[in-house]
Amino acid sequence: MNKPVDLKGLVLDPVTNDQRYIGSSEPRHQARRLIEGQGTYVDDIQLPRMGHVVYWRSPVAHMKIGKIHTEQASKMPGVLAIVDGVKMAELCKPWVATLGHLAGMKSAPQYALAIDRACWQGEPVVAVVAETRAQAEDALQFVDVEWEELPAVVSMETALDADTPVIHPELGDNLCFTRTLDVGQVDEVFATADIVAEATFGFGRHTGVTLEPRCQIADYNPGDRRLTVYHSQQAPHMMQDLYCRQFGLSESDVHVICKDVGGSFGIKVHAYPDDFATVGLAMMLERPVKFVADRLESFTSDIHAREHRIKGRIAANKEGDILAFEIDDLTAIGPYSMFPRTSAIEGNQVVNLVGGPYKHQNYRAKLNVVFQNKTPTCQYRGVGHPIACAVTEGLVDLAAQKLKMDPLEFRKRNVIPDDAYPCSGISGIKLEVLSHEQCLRTIEKMMDYSALRKEQAELRKKGIYRGIGFATLIELTNPSPAFYGVGGARIASQDGASARLDPSGVVSILIGVGEQGQGTEGIYAQIAADAVGLSIKNVRIITGDTDVTPYGGGTWASRGAGVGGEAVLLACQALQENILKLAGAILTRSPEELSVRRGHVLDKATGEQLLPFSEIGRIGYFRTDTLPVGFSADLMVTRHYTQKEYPFIFTNGVQASYVEVDPDTGFVKLLKHWAVEDCGRVLNPMLVDEQVRGAIVQGIGGVLFEECIYDESGLLRNGSMADYLVPMANEMPDIEVAHVETPTQSSKLGAKGAGEAGTAGAPGAVQNAINDALAPFNTAVFDQPITCEKILKALGKV
Amino acid sequence: MSLKKKITMTVNGLTVNAEIEPRRHLVDFLREDLHLKGPHLGCEQGACGACTVKVDGKIIRGCLYLAVQANGCVVETIEGLTKSGALADLQEAFMRHNAMQCGFCSSGMLLAAAELVEKLPQSTREEVREWISGNYCRCTGYHSIVDAIMAVLQARAKGEKIKPVVALA
Repeated sequence: MNKPVDLKGLVLDPVTNDQRYIGSSEPRHQARRLIEGQGTYVDDIQLPRMGHVVYWRSPVAHMKIGKIHTEQASKMPGVLAIVDGVKMAELCKPWVATLGHLAGMKSAPQYALAIDRACWQGEPVVAVVAETRAQAEDALQFVDVEWEELPAVVSMETALDADTPVIHPELGDNLCFTRTLDVGQVDEVFATADIVAEATFGFGRHTGVTLEPRCQIADYNPGDRRLTVYHSQQAPHMMQDLYCRQFGLSESDVHVICKDVGGSFGIKVHAYPDDFATVGLAMMLERPVKFVADRLESFTSDIHAREHRIKGRIAANKEGDILAFEIDDLTAIGPYSMFPRTSAIEGNQVVNLVGGPYKHQNYRAKLNVVFQNKTPTCQYRGVGHPIACAVTEGLVDLAAQKLKMDPLEFRKRNVIPDDAYPCSGISGIKLEVLSHEQCLRTIEKMMDYSALRKEQAELRKKGIYRGIGFATLIELTNPSPAFYGVGGARIASQDGASARLDPSGVVSILIGVGEQGQGTEGIYAQIAADAVGLSIKNVRIITGDTDVTPYGGGTWASRGAGVGGEAVLLACQALQENILKLAGAILTRSPEELSVRRGHVLDKATGEQLLPFSEIGRIGYFRTDTLPVGFSADLMVTRHYTQKEYPFIFTNGVQASYVEVDPDTGFVKLLKHWAVEDCGRVLNPMLVDEQVRGAIVQGIGGVLFEECIYDESGLLRNGSMADYLVPMANEMPDIEVAHVETPTQSSKLGAKGAGEAGTAGAPGAVQNAINDALAPFNTAVFDQPITCEKILKALGKV
Repeated sequence: MSLKKKITMTVNGLTVNAEIEPRRHLVDFLREDLHLKGPHLGCEQGACGACTVKVDGKIIRGCLYLAVQANGCVVETIEGLTKSGALADLQEAFMRHNAMQCGFCSSGMLLAAAELVEKLPQSTREEVREWISGNYCRCTGYHSIVDAIMAVLQARAKGEKIKPVVALA
């Protein structure tokens, strides 16, 4: 059995007076509802008069929409409305998803329901609302849309060719965004380097497969002209803002509620056409309308990600120093850039991150982001990181191999040293403080590297081919407004938290970052308990409700702990100050003579318990008459936090994978995986371990199993959970996790993000391990997912 | 489509009489007609296991099982099994190991795990992995789920109970 390497007590200086929970593996007490079947996911909510919507979606990749016949369908039992794109556009404006700071980026206007043309298989065209879901589905079969198939742009390789049709003629071509980054002298360095290695890396499209499909209930009350949307979403305030703008409402007209969310991973941080259509239907019908995607709809309409083809090369000298990287990235995003974050970000991240852990001084990158007639792609867990990491680490291994250097030693020699920070990476990224050297030392020890190499060599003599692969990585977290704000997207990088002492002595925290399983409620409760000074069982966390929580950005770019957590800390420390002020007023003593400990106000000098929080609450709320004139108790405080010192706070880490490849079948068995993660202050080691492990398995899915497979006409061939492979327990290895803690100085808490590095590193580590196993055959595979077939092809066996 | 059939079953210890369409899945009946929120729908084709419930003591896929098939049967869901304490050890172990993140798979995962604990109490870590491979989890990476189930198997082997998870005062 695998024992996780745990932090031994508090390594870092405490951030609160009586730090008991921060840094400990405290269970997520509020999560008990989830294991008792008492969570409230959107589909669990039933409202009176609620209608159910299903969508007629384009059956082909590209089509002209003709006449839509709804007469027969509208006579079906229970049908409340059948609405097309023209009708929907009277209510909901179209949108164009570009960002101002991505120079030259373009996309076409997109409508909630397609008008004239549908541009991918699965694009919603007609909405059918009925009293029950079954009735809506029954009626859907009688909706008759006349359509004519148009030529589809499927292959990204030919999307820019002169004879390829242009999907949106008004844009002139199928190019969404292009970027070149060149620090100079790259050609000279490659020409004079001792070794140059190169490869072409392929990445299959894949998608998030949240176990709970996307879903929402929109409810419009004509009496108070208010729209309420229950949504399985990561960014409630962002959706509130978008509904306001697309439907001409104000914030006070729109209320977004996100209760339990059954997996998100970035899939549920985007605004989908059917989100707007469902809201539009509720406004038209003046009654609640529920939309729950079925699994086929999820596969064809949830965002996809990661379809890239990257030519990469690396230069090094014979001493073993990496001199330069160069990449040429071609990626395709479907027919529209996704709203509001844009689909160009993924490729842009690849350009920013390739070579990121290393101290080379020359870099050139080219990026072409093209349109095609497939499901739109956008940000999914790790956004560009898994691609950048697999390319970088694949090239690093090729260089080490050419130099006949041990890949771990080669990395140790080339990573940016731990004492070099703050500094800038060669692509221009600003790195505050990282710990590559320490992480590499830790993983070497953890996996007993030398023993593993010996075992590998011994087994190879017996015809057993095992491989060890490493991936060093950086992950951007705690984003500042420089990410979206400067580009004109109304996505909050700040978050606010309110801390309220309730009369019973319980502290309630209201915060904009919600819970999708990562443990938001758990870590905020830990922070609050320590920062105010009480038992965690007396803390309640309230999230996911735009009517009650302070404005915030929600969950994306691993910002929940670092940004949201800091807001909670600041609010709770301010609340403790106010509790002391009130206690001073009650006791007619100076607040400086008092302190707070475990739900009581104490005499600081003697430690004597003077007042329980329940007494502070009683007097603060019900007996203010006993307090001095002009004294305000202020037992609810709000604080906001934005990380402004760096565009992002980078985390770092390293992963290693140990695999066995069967050269006869091409079958890869994952034997073991190790990860060392530095996410700054670790608020809860158990939760970070589980974020890392869950993320690694999603990364393993990408490198070994998951792919949205399209045929030459642009039809998705594997839109079901039986055909699209996601990792199951039996195929996954045990994953050992260790932590290094290098806190960010940009906040009091010192926490960086931890949610995505696992996904970022796993594909590179597994790919390198497979190629290490294949090394005796002088072959390698750089096309993900690395299937048995691709391995056998590389071995010349098929 | 309006041909309805009368059914009677025991759901979490209570007798339920209903008149439903024969095409109605058991999990739709439990969720929409009986307002039980525990069994979830992930794929509606029997692949993901989120809809797992017990019928006459055996776990089944609620999305592949028609409610009329359960006529005359004893149906148990996570709600009933929580109340009876049948899952208590597993639930405490899941809490302690953080063997759930979003929780959407947890009802089905716990029911599958409970059947393993009952039927194969000597299971190794590998056997546990194999057993729960009928249930998708997209969040945890499975490691913590295996840890939690192993903890229960080990406690049972020693005749011990899993200690309830409580917060520091």
